[in-house]
Amino acid sequence: MRSQIEGSRAVAETVARCRPEVVCAYPISPQTHIVEALSVLVASGELAPCEFVNVESEFGAMSVAIGASAAGARAYTATASQGLLYMAEALYNASGLGLPIVMTVANRAIGAPINIWNDHSDSMSQRDSGWIQLYAETNQEAADLHVQAFRIAEELSLPVMVCMDGFVLTHAVEGIDVPSQEQVDAFLPPFGPQQVLDPDDPMTIGAMVGPDAFTEVRYLAHAKHLRALEVIPRVADEFATTFWRSSGGLVRPYGCLGADTVVVALGSVLGTVKDTVDELRAEGVSIGVLGLTTFRPFPYDAVRAALRGARRVVVLERALAAGMGGIVTADVCGSVPDKPITTVIAGLGGRPVTKKSLRGLLTDAVADRLEPLTFLDLKHDVVERELS
Amino acid sequence: MPVQRIKFYQTGSFAVGNRLLDPDQRSVQADTERTNSLTMGHRACQGCGEALGARYVLDAVMRATGNHAVTVNATGCLEVFSTPFPESSWRVPWLHSLFGNAPAVATGVAAALKAKGRTDVRVVGQGGDGGTVDIGLGCLSGMFERNDDVLYVCYDNGGYMNTGVQRSGATPHGAVTTTTPAGNSFRQGKSLPLIAMAHRIPYVATATVADLRDLEYKATRAMEFHGARYLHVLVPCPLGWRTASSETIQIARLATETGSFPVFEAVDGEVTDVTRIRRLRPVEDYLRPQGRFAHLFGDTPRGDVISSIQAEADRNIRTFGLVETTEVS
Ligand SMILES: Cc1ncc(C[n+]2csc(CCOP(=O)(O)OP(=O)(O)O)c2C)c(N)n1
Ligand code: SF4
Ligand SMILES: [Mg+2]
Repeated sequence: MRSQIEGSRAVAETVARCRPEVVCAYPISPQTHIVEALSVLVASGELAPCEFVNVESEFGAMSVAIGASAAGARAYTATASQGLLYMAEALYNASGLGLPIVMTVANRAIGAPINIWNDHSDSMSQRDSGWIQLYAETNQEAADLHVQAFRIAEELSLPVMVCMDGFVLTHAVEGIDVPSQEQVDAFLPPFGPQQVLDPDDPMTIGAMVGPDAFTEVRYLAHAKHLRALEVIPRVADEFATTFWRSSGGLVRPYGCLGADTVVVALGSVLGTVKDTVDELRAEGVSIGVLGLTTFRPFPYDAVRAALRGARRVVVLERALAAGMGGIVTADVCGSVPDKPITTVIAGLGGRPVTKKSLRGLLTDAVADRLEPLTFLDLKHDVVERELS
Repeated sequence: MPVQRIKFYQTGSFAVGNRLLDPDQRSVQADTERTNSLTMGHRACQGCGEALGARYVLDAVMRATGNHAVTVNATGCLEVFSTPFPESSWRVPWLHSLFGNAPAVATGVAAALKAKGRTDVRVVGQGGDGGTVDIGLGCLSGMFERNDDVLYVCYDNGGYMNTGVQRSGATPHGAVTTTTPAGNSFRQGKSLPLIAMAHRIPYVATATVADLRDLEYKATRAMEFHGARYLHVLVPCPLGWRTASSETIQIARLATETGSFPVFEAVDGEVTDVTRIRRLRPVEDYLRPQGRFAHLFGDTPRGDVISSIQAEADRNIRTFGLVETTEVS
């Protein structure tokens, strides 16, 4: 049923309907509303027999989730920014151990300088952590992706991060159809772990692996991610059949077919990009949009197919790799090495990405007037003063 | 013919040979049906106190729980020497995640078991002193404060041994490590048993591998409680302490007989039992056989350091009442 509801609340209610057995919580903006809402649902008994663990750090949160998942429980937590980095060591551990933990990342910048607002620096910094990364465009998709995330995670024995833009999505109130319990139950079977700590069948999990087998272990981890490229779209298709709406999958082309210019982006900024592109198209500009829902594993083939006809590609990035440039660009380049690609760094630390700015930017892009690495709305006077 | 009755003069002490005791008084290790939680084939050094301690603790836990326990291990010697893939010396369900998170992982396992209604299965977390008193302290304190149903065992060998004998927060005053070449200049380090007691958790105990019956007893007793429990076991490390492999038990005993390592139990944050020192010795007797303290007895003897170590032992003796005093009026 559709209701006017905050994004965080919708995610919390959706996660609740996925029947998690252990939820760990540690506060950090802009994620906190999600675990607050879950704590209320657990306390009310509605989620029984779910255990809600208030931990002492994000490192503790991911570690509790690791223990819970290894003992066969469906485990969930949420974090953002500094919190995600604080659990970095445990993130690699969770994926290495093949534990299907699901986590919401309410995307936020990383300090210094400390900044609580939205960009993708946090999840991008963990792109190689072995987690599947899905990016929500809207709050409806954020809710839906969580249901799919548990399915994907448990089918592959891999952890999944659902990334949703902090504040822009987490704190936005809008009409959302929160998946019903019946629908979720029909779509998501109970968790049947592939390996579990059980006194009746003792097993050593987390042994030390040396040079003789480590390469093979990593190879197999990669193979699992490649398999995810098949699982993710299938789960999205099945979701559409059960829920009668389309969410998730690998990529979302929007007017790409026959477009000279294609803008690649992820997350909530896609809404503004599409609006701007609609206007430009109405004015006769040949331009389309490619939304990346799945960033890890990187859907090279799907991106290549969507960009096949494009003459130029603009990658709009919400994070910056200092000393290198665009993080997503590097991967898009891997899909279409022969096409001219421009990187646009936009919306860092919560700076709004407005239609006005985008319009100017894309007008320059189609006229080949953009620098290969462009910072949207950069205050040139400020940086030039500092650099002089 | 009259039946010859053998006088079990040692009955009542822990020293009596197992075979002479009634079956119910025998140690867990004397039981041929014991779990052998940490079984043969592991790569620990000869005389490793940690390997010995872990086997005694876990076998006692397994017996106490009717073989219904799960173990979570921090990174460190115990983890490395027991699980060189594709081999494992563990005969208990065993999970290793990271160096600093074993208490939190154990909490997660306990939470999962609770959610699944498997309250018959108990959880043990374990790690070295570095994993416990230093890098894992945040997670451990959280586990204590929430009073999660976990027994956490620290095997204290006074240093980061797995990485080659570096100083930890539990390295004793004066000890040479590879990062304190002139001897550890800090004093008592941190007493994790006291920190644990400050959390007022149901059960805290210390033990050594010199008194293995006491170690078994404490691991067993710990399982009678629910909530967070902490067991701190002194486990000499021949490599790091520069002692002979054959001296492990002897050195551990000297640690207690000199007052350097107080052995006690505490319930709800209050000391309830103390193992008294039968024959008090000066700390020198404990320090002298260990290569890590050799510099104290070298060409320029460090009487100042020895007397400050003695003062710390005296303080232990006073604080815990380690020596029976007869008041003379
Ligand atoms: C985060 C992190 N830092 C450092 C290490 C390296 N390391 C592995 S084991 C170890 C020492 C373990 O010392 P302790 O916990 O006392 O156990 P012991 O080996 O002495 O039994 C260290 C420093 C690591 N694995 N992880
Ligand atoms: S270095 Fe010490 S703790 Fe490690 S295996 Fe050898 S004796 Fe045991
Ligand atoms: Mg140690």
